[in-house]
Amino acid sequence: METHASAQPDQRKTIRLRILRGTGERTSSPHYDTFEVPREEGMVVLNAVHYIQSHLDPSLSIRWNCKAGRCGSCSAEINGRPQLMCKTRVDSIEGEITIEPMQAFPRLKDLVTDVTANWKVAATIPPFTPKANAGDIYTFYQADVDRSREFRRCIECFLCMDVCHVIREHEADYMGPRWVVKAASLDMHPMDGLNRSKFMKDAGGLGYCNITKCCQEICPEHIVITDDAIIPEKERVVDRHYDPILWVYRRLKGGATAGETK
Amino acid sequence: MWAPQQEKESVEVNDRSYDERVCDVLIIGAGGAGLRAAIESHDRGAKTLVVCKSLLGKAHTVMAEGGIAAALGNVDPKDSWEVHFSDTIVEGQHLSNWRIVEIFAKEAIERVYELERYGAVFDRTPAGKISQRPFGAHTYRRLCNIGDRTGLELIRTLQDQVVARGVPFMDEVMTTCLFRDPKTGRAAGALGIDIKTGKLLLFRARAIIIATGGSGRVYQVTSNSYESTGDGIGMAYRAGAELMDMEMIQFHPTGMIYPPGVRGMLVTEAVRGEGGILTNSEGERFMSKYDPKRMELSARDVVARSIYTEIMAGRGSKGGGVYLDISHKGADHIKKKLPSMYDQFLAFADIDITKDKMEVAPTVHYQMGGIRVDPETAESSVKGLYAAGEVASGLHGANRLGGNSLSDILVFGKRAGDAAAKSATAVDLPSVDSKEVEKEISRVLSPFSSTGSANPFHIKEEIASNMWAHVGIVRNAVDLEAGLVEIERLRKDAKGLKAVGPRAYNQSWTDSLQVLDMLLICEAMIRSALERKESRGAHTRSDFPAKDPKWLVNIITVQEDGKMVRRTVPVSTPPQELQRLIKEDD
Repeated sequence: METHASAQPDQRKTIRLRILRGTGERTSSPHYDTFEVPREEGMVVLNAVHYIQSHLDPSLSIRWNCKAGRCGSCSAEINGRPQLMCKTRVDSIEGEITIEPMQAFPRLKDLVTDVTANWKVAATIPPFTPKANAGDIYTFYQADVDRSREFRRCIECFLCMDVCHVIREHEADYMGPRWVVKAASLDMHPMDGLNRSKFMKDAGGLGYCNITKCCQEICPEHIVITDDAIIPEKERVVDRHYDPILWVYRRLKGGATAGETK
Repeated sequence: MWAPQQEKESVEVNDRSYDERVCDVLIIGAGGAGLRAAIESHDRGAKTLVVCKSLLGKAHTVMAEGGIAAALGNVDPKDSWEVHFSDTIVEGQHLSNWRIVEIFAKEAIERVYELERYGAVFDRTPAGKISQRPFGAHTYRRLCNIGDRTGLELIRTLQDQVVARGVPFMDEVMTTCLFRDPKTGRAAGALGIDIKTGKLLLFRARAIIIATGGSGRVYQVTSNSYESTGDGIGMAYRAGAELMDMEMIQFHPTGMIYPPGVRGMLVTEAVRGEGGILTNSEGERFMSKYDPKRMELSARDVVARSIYTEIMAGRGSKGGGVYLDISHKGADHIKKKLPSMYDQFLAFADIDITKDKMEVAPTVHYQMGGIRVDPETAESSVKGLYAAGEVASGLHGANRLGGNSLSDILVFGKRAGDAAAKSATAVDLPSVDSKEVEKEISRVLSPFSSTGSANPFHIKEEIASNMWAHVGIVRNAVDLEAGLVEIERLRKDAKGLKAVGPRAYNQSWTDSLQVLDMLLICEAMIRSALERKESRGAHTRSDFPAKDPKWLVNIITVQEDGKMVRRTVPVSTPPQELQRLIKEDD
C-alpha cells in the first residue's frame, strides 16, 4: 500500500480517502492507495477525488462529466454503498472514506468500469411504437405524463445494476433494473401501442427478480424501481400469460397473443 | 449479457499502431445535434458512425433544463415563426445570419412534433397539447418543456432512436485531428483515441459532421460539463475551417455560488420563468432599474450585466451574489415545475427553495460563436466538413435566447445529417496522407515521452482563472491584453505537458491534448474581443460602452500559413419581406 499522507493528520482539516487502484488486466493486482485531502466546506467526494488527481497522483482514473448529479457518470461504491461521487457530501461520512469501482462491471482502470454491456440490452428492448391511430400531433393529458414521468428521470448511472444480486447470480438471464425501468417508461407512455410482456418474460428474464428492493433503495433519482416499475411489469406478464380467465377470454375472442399490440 | 472480467489487451505507451474504421458519414459528438444528425444520415442510407468523448447519453445536452423554443402557439395562439424570428434577431443584436434564423424559426416547430413522435413526453396544456412556458425575451410563452429536465428527455429520446436503428457508435473516443484529402482538400478522416484502452483509431469518411458542443470549460465559473473543452472548434480551426463570433460568450445570469465546490452550477432560467424574483442586499427588486418592462425575464445578457452591476456596487448578497426567490409559489408548484432545482439546492447547499432564497451570480454558459457554416447545409468552409449545434455559429448572434439551443440542435442536426449523407454518396472515399497521420500520432503520443513535468490539470485551472479574470462579463483592452500574455505564457508551459501512467483511461494524457486546443480557443476569443471595439449583447467593453453600427460585422478567425488571422464581414441584410417582421423593442 502506498500512502500519500502525513503522519498525524487533523481530521477536522483533512479527509483520508482509500481508493482501490488497478487495471482490468490479469497481471494487475488491485490494491488500495491512501490519500490525505484538505477539507473544504460543502465538499462532495468528487471534489476530493479531483484534488487527488490534480495534486497528488495524476495517474488516477475517474469517470465524470457534469458534476451536478445529472449525467450519471461518476458512479462508485463509497464505503460499500453504490453512490454518485458528485452527490455524496463528504460531511455526511464519519472518518475514513473508501472508494471502489462498481463491482458488477469489468474494471477498466481504478474507479472506471466498462458499462458497455448495457447498450446490448438496450438494443433488444422493443422501442417506442406509436398506436395506429396516434396521428401526427398527439393529444394526451398531464395525468398521462405524470404516470411515466418517474421512469423518465433515470440518468443511467447504473448503480441499480451494480447493487442487483439477481444480475450477479443469473448474469445473462435477467435484463436488470435499469432496463425494466426503461420498459416501464415505454409501457406507460400514453401513445405507445406495443405489448412487451412476452419479451419481458422470456428475453428480459423478469421472473428472476425476487423483489428485494435493493435497487430502489440506492437510486439517486429516487425512482421507486421495484414498487413502481418491476412489480407492475410483473403484473403485466401475469395478466397476459398466466391469468386463466383472461386466457379463456382471449381464446374465445380469437384475439391477440403476446408480443404485438396492447 | 454480463461478461465476466476479461483480460484487456494492453497497449505500450509508445505503441504507434492504429485500427482503421471506414464509413460514409462520421459524426463526432453525441449530444442532441450529433444524435439527430446520426438519425438523419442513417435514414438517408449513408453508412454512419458516431464517436463521442463521454459515455453515450452523458453529453452536455443532458444538462439543459428550461425547454425547447418553438412557436407552436399552443398557449399563446398569436405566436408564430415570424415572431420567433424577430425575437431571435433582435436579442442577438442583429449579428445573426438572417437565413439561419429563418430556417431555424420555421423548422423548430416540426422538429418538436417529430421529437414527440420519437417518444418524448412533454408537459401538457389542459387541452392535451404540448405545454409552453415563458422565458427571457421571448415575446410569447414558447418553451416546450418536461419540468426542468428537458435536455435529459431530448437526449434519451434521440439515444433510444439511434440504438433502436442500430446506428453504430463508439463512446469514450476522443478525436484529436481532422485530415483533408491532399488533392481535393475535402475532409477525409480523423485520428482518435479509444479512451477505454488507449488504442489509436483512424477514421476515414466521405463526410464528417462536428457536433462537439462548446468550450465553456475554459472559464473557472461555468455551468459546462468536463467534456466542454472545445475540441471540435480546435480541430476544425487546425484543419483550416473559418471560425466566427468567437468573442461572444454567454454568461448565464444565475449560477450557484455556494458551496465553493459547486460554484457555477446552473440555476435554470425556468425559476424566473415560473415567477422567481431577484433582489439585492437592500431587498430591492433591482431589475426594475434595468428593464422595468420585462424585469427578471429580460434577455440573458441584460440580466447578467444587471446582477454584475449590483454586486460591483456593493449591493450583493452575503455570499457575493444576489438573491433569487421562488418560495412564494408554494412547495407543491415548485416541486412539480422545478424538481431538479429543489433537489440541487437541498443536496448541495442545504437550502430548501420552497422556504428560503437562493444566492446566485452569473456563470459561463454558452458559446454563440464557433465554426462558420452555410445556412442551408451546415457545411463549413472546408468541403465535406459540417458543423451543428453549439460548435457552429450564426444563429444566436451576440446573445442566445433561452431554449433556442435545444431547437438549434434539432433543426441543424437534421440538416447537417441530411446534407452530409447526400454529399457522401456523390464522392469517392477521399484519401488520407499517411505522412500526416504519422505526424499526428507523434504529436498525440508526445506527452508520454515528454521530458517536462507540466501538469495538465494545473494548466487547465490556470487557463480557467485567467479567462475569468481577464475575459469576463465586462472587458477592456488592458485586461484583454493581459489575458493574451498569460495565454502565451501557458502555451510555453504546455510544451512540457507530461502524461503519467499507462494508456488506458489516462486523463493526464487526454487532458494534455485538450489543453492545447483550449489555448487556441482562448487566443481566438481574446483577439476577437480586442478587435470588437464596442459593446453588443454578451460582449461588453468598459472602454467602448456604446453599441456602434459600424460594428454590424462578424469577426472571422482563420489559420493562414500557421498564423491566426482575422477579417471582418458585414452582416447580410435580410430581404424586405423578412425585414418587415423585425420588431424592435426599444
